[in-house]
Amino acid sequence: MTLQLNEEQMMLKEAANGWLQDHAGVPMFRKMRKSGSVFSDEIWRDMAGMGWCGLLVEEKFGGSDFGFVGAGIVAEEMGKSLTISPFISTAVIGATAIGRWGSESMRVEWLPKIVEGSVKLALATDEAVKHNPLSISCAAERDGSHFVLNGSKTFVADGQFADQFIVSVRTSGNETDAQGVTLFLVDAKAGGLSRRPMRTLDARDTAHVKFENVRVSSGTIIGKLDMGAPILEALLSLGRAVLAAEMVGAATQSFDLSVEYLKVREQFGRIIGTFQALQHRAAQMYVDLTMASSIAYRALLDLDINSESAGNTSSIAKAKCGEVALSIANESIQLHGGVGMTDEYDVGLYFKRIRVAQEQYGDYDFLTDMIASSGGY
Amino acid sequence: MSELEKFRREARDWIIENCPATLRDGETGIESICWGGDKWVFTSSAQKHWLECCREKGWTVPTWPKEYGGAGLSSAEGKVIEEEMSSLDARLPLYNMGIVMLGPVLLKYGTHEQKLMHLPEIASGKVRWCQGYSEPNAGSDLASLNAKCEDIGDAWLINGQKTWTSSADKADWIFVLVRGDNSVPKHQGINFLLLPVDCVGITPRPIELISGKSPFCEVFFEDVKVPKEYGENCPSMVGDEGRGWEVATYLLKFERGGLAGLRDKDVDLVGQAVQVYGIDNNGRLKNGVFRSKLVKSRINEATFEAASGFLRGAKGDDGAMSSVMKYYGSQLIQREFEIRMDLGGSSALELQSDAEGELSQKWLYSRAYTIFGGTSEIQLNILSKRVLKLPGK
Repeated sequence: MTLQLNEEQMMLKEAANGWLQDHAGVPMFRKMRKSGSVFSDEIWRDMAGMGWCGLLVEEKFGGSDFGFVGAGIVAEEMGKSLTISPFISTAVIGATAIGRWGSESMRVEWLPKIVEGSVKLALATDEAVKHNPLSISCAAERDGSHFVLNGSKTFVADGQFADQFIVSVRTSGNETDAQGVTLFLVDAKAGGLSRRPMRTLDARDTAHVKFENVRVSSGTIIGKLDMGAPILEALLSLGRAVLAAEMVGAATQSFDLSVEYLKVREQFGRIIGTFQALQHRAAQMYVDLTMASSIAYRALLDLDINSESAGNTSSIAKAKCGEVALSIANESIQLHGGVGMTDEYDVGLYFKRIRVAQEQYGDYDFLTDMIASSGGY
Repeated sequence: MSELEKFRREARDWIIENCPATLRDGETGIESICWGGDKWVFTSSAQKHWLECCREKGWTVPTWPKEYGGAGLSSAEGKVIEEEMSSLDARLPLYNMGIVMLGPVLLKYGTHEQKLMHLPEIASGKVRWCQGYSEPNAGSDLASLNAKCEDIGDAWLINGQKTWTSSADKADWIFVLVRGDNSVPKHQGINFLLLPVDCVGITPRPIELISGKSPFCEVFFEDVKVPKEYGENCPSMVGDEGRGWEVATYLLKFERGGLAGLRDKDVDLVGQAVQVYGIDNNGRLKNGVFRSKLVKSRINEATFEAASGFLRGAKGDDGAMSSVMKYYGSQLIQREFEIRMDLGGSSALELQSDAEGELSQKWLYSRAYTIFGGTSEIQLNILSKRVLKLPGK
């Protein structure tokens, strides 16, 4: 048990669960992986049709303003069914970036498109192999009413098919200064922007993105010039909390598969689930999973009530859920034995997804270092 | 404003008006609580006053029916009172095993007369109860208990020994599990009896632990006669003869729920750590290994708090959650004391050095958290059987 969902939230959860299993579950993942293209525009538009892309968009732009708990519910179900979609990049981070910090003309232009699923956004922050969002060498020089961007980003989730990038750029100061960071909304078709596929272990369309003298107008700035760092932090917090929920979903499914396996696999003339050594490991996983789910929804609730500690709670949630999910993914393979190593069984797919998600928006080491520092030690 | 919000405001005002300032310090430690009972000595007049105020209003046990000493409130209202007392840092007016464990059991299994006899005295703090469950040879395997209960006409004759009975030397009454029938499987043939601790033939003896003095006692029963009836329709036995196990396990659910909440009040671990190890130019503790340990512990605490919060907000409980919380919470407390001992260094190891001596005792005692109330291993057994439905042999 974790957060007790209200009626509306429960309906969302059931609808998401049913639809994803039927239309975007593991069989679909396997089929698409084989065909080489894992993202389906059609599925994305169907999701938009169910209102998922507008969960964090105001009603006047066509959204439902349902809140972060709602987004977490959908993400958790996506985690269970291993659904590939730019939900977090677009409907969570993108929608909030523009909805909260975008100019009025940006909101009018983009929010309805986000809601209807006709635009996909991606957040481009990482520059090195480890997440370190405030260390930015990607730079923009002013040129009249425009800026010229140079630099490159890596590990950009959904970057292969995004239509617009939210890019963190240094507009003044030194590489690690908190001041002088600006967020730009950059069209993927802009001259000088190029991307290379970075197909990750979980078969997702991640990308390296390069900016060579990319000209953007000052009207594409999200927030204010040089004042982008706190916005970037806030956006990453949302991503962390919702991704934590997705990891809870993936770990839950991996765990359920393992418990089922313990009930059918026989060795030494016995169902292996009768062995106490295995029962206790399964029970410990259950405890950890319950805890992970609790902290994930605590973070989502904190975001919904705009609590001052929401950022910190989101970091804690991502760290804890990443730790628990990865450990459950490891254990799931071990409990399956040899077949757990085969591509035929699903636990390996969850293992790979969880490992990639654990790295996204900061891994355990990054987040715990940040949590300790913000705690004054 | 909803009815419940109105109630919240009234509850808050009432607590502010009636709870003495000295008891508004957020203390939840064992020593700070009023445990009640005939032998209780109030630690201050404020403690007495606060108990009297709450007793008057039925707020020592707000959700119990009025005729049994409660205020007859809904569980939602009871939760509001709990939340408001906690947010106002008010100490609980009364806490003991009668309130947490026996009360819920009697409300479910007791006759009206049993409830009338026992519940109001629990609610008012007049009677303090203790729990006679474990025996030297019945720990984790509690159902193998062997204290004998013979039928001698209008009374039961009890012989045997109980152990790990908290505060048997301070309590007025004891609820005890005894074996009435040896010829049936072990989970059958157990009776659940209520009796005064000062019965002839009962001898409690305190147990000394690795941490020194403890609340635990052994209790010896030598030809103890317990009347079958304390009055009309008011038997000394709860539930039917031979059905004591069902009553016992129902009660354990509340015990586990209660244990998980026993925490020390906020200790400034960060402040201590900064003093002990120092901070480098980037604001990090100079000992990175300890820093990792500390942050991990704090992440786990935040996680546990989140889960506790949701648990308090839950409507029902299937018992599984109390096993989850007991398993996780007990280890969390142990980690915390290990970290405090680490920070204390050699000073924490010195015998009888005042402040730190107290810490080492708590640390030593913390090993008990994963043992009492059902060991960690038993909690895992419960979860694998009842929740995960993993097969038995």
